[in-house]
Amino acid sequence: MAAEKAEMDALKKECDGLRAQIEAARKAVNDNTMSGAAGGVASVGRVQLKLRKTLKGHLAKIYAMHWSADSRQMVSASQDGKLLVWDCFTGNKLVAVPLKSAWVMSVAFAPSGNLVASGGLDNICTVYNIKAASPKTLRELDAHTGYLSCCRFLSDSEIITASGDTTCCLWDLETGKQKIMFTNHIGDCMSLALSPDMNTFISGACDSLAKLWDVRDGACKQTFSGHTSDINAIAFFPSGNAVITGSDDCSCKMYDLRSDQEVIGYQDTSLNAGVTSLALSSSGRLIFAGYDDFNCHIWDSLKGEKVGVLSGHDNRVSCTGVPDDGMGVCTGSWDSFLKLWN
Amino acid sequence: MSGSSNLVAMKKVVQQLRFEASINRVKVSQAAADLQQFCMQNALQDPLLTGVSSSTNPFRPQKVCSFL
Repeated sequence: MAAEKAEMDALKKECDGLRAQIEAARKAVNDNTMSGAAGGVASVGRVQLKLRKTLKGHLAKIYAMHWSADSRQMVSASQDGKLLVWDCFTGNKLVAVPLKSAWVMSVAFAPSGNLVASGGLDNICTVYNIKAASPKTLRELDAHTGYLSCCRFLSDSEIITASGDTTCCLWDLETGKQKIMFTNHIGDCMSLALSPDMNTFISGACDSLAKLWDVRDGACKQTFSGHTSDINAIAFFPSGNAVITGSDDCSCKMYDLRSDQEVIGYQDTSLNAGVTSLALSSSGRLIFAGYDDFNCHIWDSLKGEKVGVLSGHDNRVSCTGVPDDGMGVCTGSWDSFLKLWN
Repeated sequence: MSGSSNLVAMKKVVQQLRFEASINRVKVSQAAADLQQFCMQNALQDPLLTGVSSSTNPFRPQKVCSFL
């Protein structure tokens, strides 16, 4: 017993030492601030986007949306128990997928456009073929022991899920089985984002940490701290070298992967609402962050300044997305509407 | 026995921290410069920065078509 306690104490001491070592190493390279370095960069001025379309059709709160790789179709999920696939050029609904469980929290479009996936309080990620005559359930991925908070396809044969059971998982869609489990968070995983090269992904969790994972070997490569509450939203900067997070602590942060630390924060004393979702413009310069205050606020990613707002929803903005061609922003809300802006 | 499973868990924490401590870190000034350069290089191709003309705006309200 005493030997075990001694070993435990030694390990704890080593932990503390390693944490101090990591902090010192981060401090050693912290030779400038992002906003300081951006002093010479021209301001973007006031960003004023116009509402182009309001997509009406859901009958209850919208919880998630995801653009197709074609930058034209988009899928949305609502607790009215439906997924809707939209043609955003015409505003028409193309496909309606009835869900077994109405408590949906996440939806994803496969890069091919052939499949969509959704999941939520049922703990299951269900994959549907939407190219069939009527939407057909392809797979039910059932192994998480907590709610499904986020899912993203790597291809038509692989998908990554994030769960309230604190793990993320890579699934093989041909077999329906888990290939790799990503375990290291100590709080519910709330969101995930794939790197542009798809070799890594990042997860944000209720332990207020963001973690970078290797898709193929399951290793947690880096951990980013600083938030003081749940991280609800996470996205890669388009170069793949930085990560943006949005949290219930009412702030967003950018972490640079190569410096292994937070390089700039996005917060405003007048903003007292949690961040629910975020998306970046194609150059990475603009961050569109959805908040509990019914608005989507726009930040200059380099200077850390608020440069605009998308107002129009009558309830919380729950999801935000920019298509691959960067032509607009979609916001989805608990008011049951999706809005397209540019 | 809960004691030894705590030990196993703690060893994993140490192992993870060792791994995270071992990476090379780039100076923030360099990282910031690279992020800025990416933004600058792609600014002119970013429709949300440059604006979208109404003739090429895919999301513009549709004109009504009617059969004559």
